[in-house]
Amino acid sequence: MRLNIVVCIKQVPHPEHFHEIKLDPESQTINRRGIPAILNPPDKHALEEALQLKERYGGTITAVSMGPPEASQIMEEAYALGVDRSILLCDPLFAGADTLATARALAIGIQRLGEVDLILCGTHSMDGATGQVGPQLAEILGFPFIGFVRKMEIQERGTVLAERTIERGYLKVEGSLPLVLSVTKEINTPRLPTVIGIMEATQKEIYTWDTKELGIDPALVGIEGSPTRVSGIFERRLSRKGELLQGDPEEVIRKAIKRLRELEALR
Amino acid sequence: MSSKNEIWIWAEQRQERIEPSSIELIEKGKELAELLSSSLAAVYIGGSGERIEELFEYGVPKVYLLHHPELVLYQGGPYSILFSRLVAKYQPQVILMSTTYLGLELAPRVAALTGAGLTAHCVDLFVERHKDGHILVQVVPGWGGNLMVKIVCPERRPQMATVKAGIFEKPQRRPGASGEVVSNPVRLDELDWRVKAIELIEEEEDRSLEEADVIVCGGWGVKGAGVMDDLQKLAETLKGAVAGTRPLVDAGLIAENQMIGISGKTVNPRLFISLGASGASHFTTGFLKSKVIFSIDQNPNAQIFEVSDLGIVGDLKKVLPVLVDELERYMQSRG
Ligand SMILES: Cc1cc2nc3c(=O)[nH]c(=O)nc-3n(C[C@H](O)[C@H](O)[C@H](O)COP(=O)(O)OP(=O)(O)OC[C@H]3O[C@@H](n4cnc5c(N)ncnc54)[C@H](O)[C@@H]3O)c2cc1C
Repeated sequence: MRLNIVVCIKQVPHPEHFHEIKLDPESQTINRRGIPAILNPPDKHALEEALQLKERYGGTITAVSMGPPEASQIMEEAYALGVDRSILLCDPLFAGADTLATARALAIGIQRLGEVDLILCGTHSMDGATGQVGPQLAEILGFPFIGFVRKMEIQERGTVLAERTIERGYLKVEGSLPLVLSVTKEINTPRLPTVIGIMEATQKEIYTWDTKELGIDPALVGIEGSPTRVSGIFERRLSRKGELLQGDPEEVIRKAIKRLRELEALR
Repeated sequence: MSSKNEIWIWAEQRQERIEPSSIELIEKGKELAELLSSSLAAVYIGGSGERIEELFEYGVPKVYLLHHPELVLYQGGPYSILFSRLVAKYQPQVILMSTTYLGLELAPRVAALTGAGLTAHCVDLFVERHKDGHILVQVVPGWGGNLMVKIVCPERRPQMATVKAGIFEKPQRRPGASGEVVSNPVRLDELDWRVKAIELIEEEEDRSLEEADVIVCGGWGVKGAGVMDDLQKLAETLKGAVAGTRPLVDAGLIAENQMIGISGKTVNPRLFISLGASGASHFTTGFLKSKVIFSIDQNPNAQIFEVSDLGIVGDLKKVLPVLVDELERYMQSRG
């Protein structure tokens, strides 16, 4: 049994620099200039799962992302880890997409790949954290979906047994290929790329497909194809702001404890 | 009154018991229904629906019931199709689901099948005038400080949102209240069973954070100052639980299930202590309802102080050991 696997990945700002990202109240856009970007950490588990499945069953792995030209950095990283093909869906018309418009673009890209047995996603992206693209992609493609998979096994003839996390336990789920899955970080420990992998990756071609190449109606993608949009930004008013103490630690702490007692926070 | 344009909530069940996170949606749903001159209804998909009275008792006037013994466990394919068909038939204007693992899957699937707009992890919802009607405004934490973002779905209907669990309160229960049940037949052979849940395995859940009276929560500043031990000691002294912000979790210093915020837990203890956290709205959303919030940070302009009843501006390395000592003495004096 050979498996044709697709892994959906995303480039995100480095979480250690999240506090540098600012929303501009005037233009209502996000300013992330100069902020380093990385491969979304949850996606590393999806890539790792694909690599392990390929080692076991043979087949091909294609990494797909929708993103700006700079996202070619993570497509190269995917090559370094061992995928066979990296495809970046890239077009200014994709900008401003919500999750549905993103899922649509990914679906159209994936449909061009011929037969696909398994599509793997991370549970969420660190910057948006909606976790919506995987399930929406599955519905658009008409593939069955299992979310939050923390353990999986593929048996002969493509039967899949999985454990999917829920509150206070998990569900044992059975399915058959083709499938879309989102995998949690419990499922595996992602490998690091090898030096040779990194070197070879720079030689590999990152396929870049735009809306024309994909034959997508621009009205279906990007901001145009998104049912939702940002309508405004406001500052949350918080009435709490209380006393602020500063100075000699001993004295400040004594005052703080007194105040906490007055507030009945200490018993 | 016509069924069109209702406000719907998904009443998630587990072995026929309604999840508390779904009950939390009821008050908000009713409020929106009033503002939109509409009414609230719940959608229940399950094995029998033998306990749907609970929904009436918490104030839901109407329940759409879809039941079959094969639907006791969450079945992603069948639930998505059943829910979407209901949407096509009755055309609600708003659908709310909680941010449970299953809500976070069902909502996007239904949105994709119906073409609805969907916003994740909302912390508030309200209504604004829009053109010649009204529109649902969905509020999510934004980047930088206390900025919040408003998201709308101008054209497509329904307007869907997942609502962060733990943000809204459970309404009063009125035993004996009743309401309208709208049953819709379920035909299993029309549904998609390519993926099937076969068994639910219960696991012990660590609820120490939700139940804690006192929470000591570390931010990234704790790592830099090297005061993780003092943080632990402080929690022990106050018989409290330890929690952290996302950077501390990512650094492996705090367990994943001890993370506070929009992607983690929502808590409201008697005393919440934040140490070395800047106060991003993604984080503060998770504990705003605490009785007393006390923070320490070296940056006098840190946003965390905006949400604190009491703050200390100072270096944790110097302040925290003194705090631990003094509190130990205080607690001992209290016996
Ligand atoms: C979609 C999304 C969801 C998110 N969900 C969550 C979530 O659920 N929970 C969460 O926590 N975050 C979440 N985040 C991340 C969030 O935006 C912030 O990046 C994060 O909360 C910052 O954590 P922090 O305050 O610990 O770190 P920082 O912002 O780096 O703040 C560190 C603080 O420590 C102080 N400090 C440093 N050294 C010292 C010292 N020696 N003494 C005293 N003070 C010191 C600094 O002054 C600073 O205020 C999310 C982000 C996104 C985009």
